[in-house]
Amino acid sequence: MEIKLWLNGKAVRDDVSPDMPLLEFLRKQGMYSVKRGCETSGCGLCSVLVEGKPVLSCTYPLMRADGTHITTLEGLEKEAEEFGAFLADEGADQCGFCNPGFIINVIAMTRELENPDEEDIKEYLAGNLCRCTGFMGQLRAVKKYIEHKRSEGRGE
Amino acid sequence: MNENNAVNRPIRKKDYKALVTGKPVYTDDLAPKDCLVVKLLRSPHAHALIEEIDTDRAMKVPGIEAVFTYKDVPQSRFTLAGQTYPEASPYDRLILENRMRHVGDVAAIVAGENEKAVDRALKLIKVKYKVLTPVLDFRKAKDNEILVHPEDNWKALCPVGADNKRNLCAREESEGGDLEKAFAESDVIVEETYHTKANQQAMMETFRTFSYFDIYNRLTVVSATQITFHVRRILSNALDIPKSQIRVIKPRIGGGFGAKQTAVSEIYPAFVTLKTGKSAKLVFTREETQTASSPRHEMEVRVKIGATKEGKIKAIDLYALSNTGAYGEHGPTTVGLTGHKSIPIYSKAEAFRFTCDVVYTNVMSAGAYRGYGATQGIFAIESAVDELAHRLDMDPAKLREMNITREGDLMPAYFGERANSCALDRCLERVKKMIDWDNKYPRRYMENGKIRSVGLALAMQGSSIAGLDVASVTVKVNDDGFYSLMIGASDMGTGCDTILAQMAADCLMCEPENIVVYGVDTDTSPYDSGSYASSTTYLTGMAVVKTCRSLTEKIKSYGAKLLKCRADEVDFDGERVYMVSEEKSISLKDLANLSMNFNDNALYASEMHTSPISPPPFMAGAAEVEIDPETGKTEVIKYRAVVDCGTVINPNLARVQTEGGIGQGIGMALFEDISYNEKGVSRSNSFMQYRLPTRLDVGDVKVEFESSYEPTGPFGAKSIGEIVINTPPPAIANAVYNAVGVRIRELPISPEKVYMGIIKNED
Ligand code: FES
Ligand code: FES
Repeated sequence: MEIKLWLNGKAVRDDVSPDMPLLEFLRKQGMYSVKRGCETSGCGLCSVLVEGKPVLSCTYPLMRADGTHITTLEGLEKEAEEFGAFLADEGADQCGFCNPGFIINVIAMTRELENPDEEDIKEYLAGNLCRCTGFMGQLRAVKKYIEHKRSEGRGE
Repeated sequence: MNENNAVNRPIRKKDYKALVTGKPVYTDDLAPKDCLVVKLLRSPHAHALIEEIDTDRAMKVPGIEAVFTYKDVPQSRFTLAGQTYPEASPYDRLILENRMRHVGDVAAIVAGENEKAVDRALKLIKVKYKVLTPVLDFRKAKDNEILVHPEDNWKALCPVGADNKRNLCAREESEGGDLEKAFAESDVIVEETYHTKANQQAMMETFRTFSYFDIYNRLTVVSATQITFHVRRILSNALDIPKSQIRVIKPRIGGGFGAKQTAVSEIYPAFVTLKTGKSAKLVFTREETQTASSPRHEMEVRVKIGATKEGKIKAIDLYALSNTGAYGEHGPTTVGLTGHKSIPIYSKAEAFRFTCDVVYTNVMSAGAYRGYGATQGIFAIESAVDELAHRLDMDPAKLREMNITREGDLMPAYFGERANSCALDRCLERVKKMIDWDNKYPRRYMENGKIRSVGLALAMQGSSIAGLDVASVTVKVNDDGFYSLMIGASDMGTGCDTILAQMAADCLMCEPENIVVYGVDTDTSPYDSGSYASSTTYLTGMAVVKTCRSLTEKIKSYGAKLLKCRADEVDFDGERVYMVSEEKSISLKDLANLSMNFNDNALYASEMHTSPISPPPFMAGAAEVEIDPETGKTEVIKYRAVVDCGTVINPNLARVQTEGGIGQGIGMALFEDISYNEKGVSRSNSFMQYRLPTRLDVGDVKVEFESSYEPTGPFGAKSIGEIVINTPPPAIANAVYNAVGVRIRELPISPEKVYMGIIKNED
């Protein structure tokens, strides 16, 4: 079947098999930031934005993505680098394999939640597994990033 | 010159930008787009013989390139364990065999143009199995009449006490002091058995490899591995081709934790490429990674500890029964740590004994997982020491203070090594403060009906394998004076490339930015045993120091030549070579550029390092847990840890290593458990069944360092990578006891076990 969607702002048209998950399609399009960590919707590594909302691309049917706007980390390079610097300042980038899915959700969270506290952050990101960091360094990075955003907003 | 030293600075990892922006730097991102897809047909039976295997229909599927069975492979046995040759792990594998030794063992390899075709072909292979009775209970494996490896060409290269006709993969006995006398003189003796389960490393990137023939017609294998150089030998053994025909490359890898110290996926695509001449790729599913991989050895550990009534530990006797599963990878070596890296925490004891058996069974083969065997031994010893404290009616922290190893102590059970650097006493003292031990021990009843308590545990590990591991490093000077640092150790995300560059920067008196690093390639990197056994910082680090020393001499002597004076008249300050008299100088930049013009002095150095000893890092961990006595559910509220890893090279990376290890340890303590049904089928084949800790499960973790100075390590450093997983299981088990008086001796500490314990206590 033919599918048409906007990938990181560019129109993409392709002939695909209807049972292909969005994840496979995105990697086929060269979006290698999209990673797979499981087959059971249990790791969050494959997170991307569909119409600005985070979804698990491993189980998201491609058909449903037809006509939508999809954003992967490739389309968020500036924000990824900005937050990524905070992550690296904690040494919490580690192996990096979970970073894209995690960062997608961090970005989505900062867009969606006003002033999230520690519990909100943990809840929002609970679906993103990471086996390297033990999560503490990620949390420190997110808090510092939010603080930084806030002070930017205040024009400091 | 660099103003601040790079060592001990929390600088960013060199590869961070690529990682946080999702650049294609991992194996699967780099594979040729048109390579063959490889998948494996796996046995549904725990023990069976293939009587017939019919691949005709599978071969007819359009797009199928090849189907291989046991009839197609070389017949000499090998091991997949990433260890220095001759490996302690027995040579007990073939690429494919007619005997299936566990559910998930490989019956056939299928390669085709796309996944769909390969999936179809897999379904069309017809196998007639003769199903045999499996050995599933590791307590009954030794001398069982059913043999996991009855074959005659099974072989052990090293004298590890292995005997395939007894299902024995290894056996060891060692002792020191007069054990009988020490127990006879003990007023209190605790003797208990502890059971730790097999656990998955569960790195986020599953096993994966691709392979192709390069322009020189050599087999090139790109793989997510911790043991780049060992993979070359393993492939040579398995494929029966010379090592000179093989090149192995490690790109960035998505975690390893020991899983990738076994060549789990490499042989299959490599075999396909060898046979078909085409590039090929194999990516394990999570299910395969959960069920046919290289998890921690399940162990049953019996500990007997004797002490005087004042609390002086007199003797420790430890027996470990280890389950290596269907194959012997890391079987003989992991178990050594179970005794040798737990008993020496209390090396003041007058006598010790350590014995072990490692047995084959029909479950998936075990392998290396962070902590390697020490984790299992420490769960047992640190639980038993708490049990002893309670029998003596003593504060467990006090009992430890009296008996732990201190700097300068001889450690008889640690091969007679001396603790040249040891801040375990300071770690313990500080962790007690951090968790507020004196106020919180043993428990507090909360208003909501829950009980909060604290628990302690200590740990040790090693730094590289003494008298065996080697690391070499090469550094060269490039145009304008920047350096290339070449190492053979695999950075698995832990940041060793950066840490080693920090050390080199201090040795060469420059900023770390002036040093470029690379991934590992067996064709161009200097030899290194690999990233395991907590060896990189300690061993490869020292090779960096030595190499930089040699290179500095070369820079000085070339500088002297350019300045037309003697080498002993000049010095180097990182930016220039100058005459000590300050008459003349030349900048590194000019010197480096001149070295590329009418020069015959190579500004290049390479050194190797090895160590006759393996200095242990030490650690103290304390858990604060909350237990709901209505359900038995244990929740970690806080975890505090203090580590002595010698000098901390990069505080951020060391902290995250520690927090990560503690996270895995909490998983091991509370939920992670590979279990099988009565037919040997795994119940833990996905992240749904095998639950990993999420950010809601780990509580609040805080880590501090109490540094000692290790005289044989680079800048005084020891290792950190493995020790950090060892304290949570015993600390949490001890906290559970302190809360509700229930002693959990079998991991994981599930709500059912705690609840049943509470009920039993009430009766
Ligand atoms: S790949 Fe694990 S949730 Fe999508
Ligand atoms: S950084 Fe390795 S899994 Fe998160």
